[in-house]
Amino acid sequence: MGQSLWFASRGTGLVTALLLTATTVLGAIHAGRVTSARWPRFTLHAVHRNLSLLTLVFLAVHVASAIIDPYAGIAWLDVVVPFVSTYHPFWLGMGAVAFDLILAVVVTSLLRRRIGLWWWRAVHLSAYALWPVAMLHGVGIGGADTRLGWVLALYLACAAAVLVAVVRRLLVRDPDRDARRRAWTS
Amino acid sequence: MSRTPLRLRVEPITCHAHGICRELLPELIRLDEWGYPVLDDHPVPAALLAPARVAVRSCPSLALRLDRMA
Repeated sequence: MGQSLWFASRGTGLVTALLLTATTVLGAIHAGRVTSARWPRFTLHAVHRNLSLLTLVFLAVHVASAIIDPYAGIAWLDVVVPFVSTYHPFWLGMGAVAFDLILAVVVTSLLRRRIGLWWWRAVHLSAYALWPVAMLHGVGIGGADTRLGWVLALYLACAAAVLVAVVRRLLVRDPDRDARRRAWTS
Repeated sequence: MSRTPLRLRVEPITCHAHGICRELLPELIRLDEWGYPVLDDHPVPAALLAPARVAVRSCPSLALRLDRMA
């Protein structure tokens, strides 16, 4: 096998970062009620959901290959319990925090009808926290990979995309929100 | 059981006027001038039950329901 598992883990980690970013951006755009004739809102939401599931697939390979490869001595427990690993405890811990939050976001989305909108939304909003945590995990643990020009460019493009999507979401107004505000304040 | 007529109902407080139900089920749902769905009281035709269920499942506010007609 040589180093192939280790390379697989690093490669799938980068792809996961890209997919997670795309999922987060589409989620923010969807929540900001972007719509057009070519992209009705349900299609945008479907891509958001399917990309999130694709993210899980790459995340699973990323995690499994990092553990199965004996090089770093990562244990299965390190995947869910942050900051206990011998290999880069802080940066791997950030990955574990992001992993736990991703699982929470996925599970609450699957159970949305049962747990109700309030709990679903509370957990789903943690996506905006888990995205930077996941990216910091990659930047911090990437070592020499992170100093590669194209990897840096990738991270910067991801950060710019999320920033634009989040700012847009914060600024966007819709008639329903305005009406509810007016009802509260009057 | 499957013969029980079903109709669409919207919970007016919960609905946030996303309008996704209208995108998915224009045959039965129209929007008022503020973007909230306007539904009639007729049973959902059998041919439209599947898309109606999709619309119910897709409501971001969980405000759309398929109820049995009393």
